Amino acid sequence: MTDITELTVSEALNALKKHEFTSTELTEAYLRRMEDNRQYNAYITESADTAMEQAKEADKRYAAGTNRALEGIPLGIKDLFCTKNIRTTAASHILDNFIPPYESTVTQNLLNDGAVFLGKLNLDEFAMGGSNETSYFGPVINPWSKDKPLVPGGSSGGSAAAVAAHLCAAATGTDTGGSIREPAAFCGITGIKPTYGRCSRYGIVAFASSLDQAGPIAQDVRDCAILLKSMAGFDDKDSTSCEVPVPDYESFMNGDVAGLTIGMPKEYRPEGLNPEVAAYWDKAAEYLKARGAKIKEISLPHTKYALATYYVLAPAEASSNLARYDGIRYGFRAPGQQHLDDLYINTRTQGFGAEVRRRIMIGTYVLSAGYYDAYFLKAQKMRRLIHDDFMNAFKECDVILTPTSPITAFPIGDESMLQNPINMYLNDVFTVSVNLAGLPAFSLPIGLSAEGLPYGMQLIGKPFDEGTLFNVAAKLEADAKFERK
Amino acid sequence: MAIDNLTVKQIAFLSRLKVEDEKVEATKEEFNKILNWIEELNEVDTDKVEPLISVNDTVLRMREDTVASGNCKDEVLKNAPAAEYDYFAVPKVVE
Repeated sequence: MTDITELTVSEALNALKKHEFTSTELTEAYLRRMEDNRQYNAYITESADTAMEQAKEADKRYAAGTNRALEGIPLGIKDLFCTKNIRTTAASHILDNFIPPYESTVTQNLLNDGAVFLGKLNLDEFAMGGSNETSYFGPVINPWSKDKPLVPGGSSGGSAAAVAAHLCAAATGTDTGGSIREPAAFCGITGIKPTYGRCSRYGIVAFASSLDQAGPIAQDVRDCAILLKSMAGFDDKDSTSCEVPVPDYESFMNGDVAGLTIGMPKEYRPEGLNPEVAAYWDKAAEYLKARGAKIKEISLPHTKYALATYYVLAPAEASSNLARYDGIRYGFRAPGQQHLDDLYINTRTQGFGAEVRRRIMIGTYVLSAGYYDAYFLKAQKMRRLIHDDFMNAFKECDVILTPTSPITAFPIGDESMLQNPINMYLNDVFTVSVNLAGLPAFSLPIGLSAEGLPYGMQLIGKPFDEGTLFNVAAKLEADAKFERK
Repeated sequence: MAIDNLTVKQIAFLSRLKVEDEKVEATKEEFNKILNWIEELNEVDTDKVEPLISVNDTVLRMREDTVASGNCKDEVLKNAPAAEYDYFAVPKVVE
């Protein structure tokens, strides 16, 4: 029999139901594998004791026949979700001693379905980054690394690396500008950012509230469907949560793509696009065409401006959200100062890392008197144009197909990215528009580069039409036959 | 709209962050790089465009004005770096 930690969630659920092994055995196997693979630095906090308790409860329920949708499945939780009595750091020094007295809605939903939590997964500090290198707890190593350590992508880098290295059956992630999709692509696994409002943001450490959305990172499309069904749903603790029914996403996987129109935005094929990326993109379109889908070139005219728009709005919201870290009520407090302003300044300067400080200051500037209209209001207007581009495009297609990222995983400590933050920001070029428009988007692996590193394909859907994404993603997955780690 | 060293210091204070004197110049250059890049947005005429504040266009819900949670003083203070007499404690601010 194969190593039980390498089973997908759906396979493990079937085996648990047939009593082939217990959740206790499965959880112990993951905890051992985590211990043997700490070199990836995927976990910030391991919660072995509570995991074993949860597994024992799951086994009781299997014995009694009262097992729930995710009973006994060991998951990793991005350390941005507050977990009751389990340290939650956002990968920041400023929260490195924070033990939430409450549970986020998304993780509570997973617990209500019987999930086991193995621990809290590493990420870019406050989810600000695309490489997991801004974490106070050090970078995560991509399990696909060969001669030199590669980044797993970010910000949900720990989640993607842990799923790829089988250090959990599946994981939660969050996505503000590509933070589920880019790491999923870099690590050769699958992730979906649902429609804004689909999952509650209650109890998720806020970065940019109008863009943040939680979603699953998992080994395959089916696992994403199972996880998202548990995670999603209306929550009156989040005023932006939407009161719409959550369908059975798995059922969409049996759908047919014949008759669907797949849009390929011409603006996503700029001059100089990596030919490997372009080739895989065309191949993905061919797979869908062979199944009877219609392929249509579409236009998203304001694509070029999405990144600059995002890098005004996201820091602006972050500067406001992160004002709460003052060293008074929770988290780190810098020692030894007299004056209250000194306490704030020293706490925040020592507590936040360089990228977070940079974004807070940029955000503060674009919101400041005299510059608000020129930057913040301008970006909000651009956001409308980018949003409307998608709405117009969806008049002539059902799903939009694009690459997830223009590149594969790059080495940790890459000089050009470190010297100029804009070079790092440019990696988000295919993902940020989706957050600005609030749309659902999938990333799934499509194939390997000449160097043997995974590329991801992105599927973008209409608001609350995740179902069609699961339909199309299931077909692409079947045709691409990508071999996971 | 390039910013100068004084602006860097002002933004830092508004953000309640400190930029060391020897890092002001480098920070200014980095910010100007980012701001120059952002200025490409000015290529687009947005005079008649309504700003998009949220993609979620539903009207915020009203709820009954009742207590949903409370009596959790100990939990609220549990993570405080300093607490005294059931309050958060801060350095003395009044001489």
